[in-house]
Amino acid sequence: MPADPPGQSKKDFDARLRAARAKRAERVAGPVGGSQKSGLGFAFRIGTELVAGVVVGVAIGLGLDYWLETRPWFMILFFFLGAGAGMLNVYRTVTGIGHAVGYGNLDRAPQPGAEEQAPPAASGGGKDGNGA
Amino acid sequence: MAADAGGNGHSPLAQFEIKPLISIQPGGLDLSYTNSALFMTIGVVLAITLLMLGTRRRALVPGRLQSVAELSYEFIANMIRDNVGQEGRKYFPFIFTLFMFVFFGNMLGMVPYSFTYTSHIIVTFGMALVVFVGVTVIGFMKHGIRFLGFLMPTGIPVFMAPLIIPIEVLSYFTRPVSLALRLFANMTAGHTMLKVFASFVFALGVFGVVPLALVTALTGLEFIIAFLQAYVFTILTCVYLNDALHMH
Repeated sequence: MPADPPGQSKKDFDARLRAARAKRAERVAGPVGGSQKSGLGFAFRIGTELVAGVVVGVAIGLGLDYWLETRPWFMILFFFLGAGAGMLNVYRTVTGIGHAVGYGNLDRAPQPGAEEQAPPAASGGGKDGNGA
Repeated sequence: MAADAGGNGHSPLAQFEIKPLISIQPGGLDLSYTNSALFMTIGVVLAITLLMLGTRRRALVPGRLQSVAELSYEFIANMIRDNVGQEGRKYFPFIFTLFMFVFFGNMLGMVPYSFTYTSHIIVTFGMALVVFVGVTVIGFMKHGIRFLGFLMPTGIPVFMAPLIIPIEVLSYFTRPVSLALRLFANMTAGHTMLKVFASFVFALGVFGVVPLALVTALTGLEFIIAFLQAYVFTILTCVYLNDALHMH
């Protein structure tokens, strides 16, 4: 647009640029995947998730046993919990929920924006894990 | 290649040995400057040199070095924008540094006779732990105690809580381990595999051509993995950061 006065066109351009940037910033974080889901790499990831779950569970269990001198009970308990956590992670990875803890992505999918606009209200309404 | 490991013969694992180059041991504490530390220094110096030289001219039409510097900047900037959004921008320096450090570590490992510092779990676990602790602190700073709401997914019956909460807690603590384990295992397995196949080349005589071809192909694959693992490490950091900031 060569006919535009310089000030006018600059302002217009700025406005459009800002709008475009805002629009781009809006689409935050869908479930990750795509390029990572290529055969070997994907298999490797699932393997590490499973192993990591068990490793963390056993480590925490052994730590608690060492501290409370209850060997081997916490190790046994946390072995199963850790294996469960590992499987849960695998399930999340495979179904494409991503790596997030919890199922917020699934909750959010049907009503986009509702939770993102007002996170305090949304979280306050739900049952929180404060009783843990 | 493994023969330089001093008496350890041709073990494919000899390449991962830590050797102190300059012995520093104040008060029984082993702070020696090792070959691992040497390659970390090389990696950091190379990354800084690349970016310094790349941004020195600041031409409108970038030269080769400037293109590389700009590409790496934009690669990480886009990754943060796509995975974390606008609030992630202030964490750019950290994530960019992390990517460069891991990337140069993996790539330096592909140079013959070099040492791959990312093949030691303590290195990757150290980085993963920094990410984990940092992200958790950011989450608590931003959301306060509600950050714990993370551990109880909405819409689950209350009587399930005693089972779900420990599993979710463990699942959360799995993050640094799987992050560290993935990078470490990929680098170690890849380099060991290369060495094992390479040791077949001479042992099989004429038929050594087969493992030789395989090693050639695997070397290409290792380059891809070196980049991919740096990418995965960085993108998972972004994902965790996004979780802490936006709390899904």
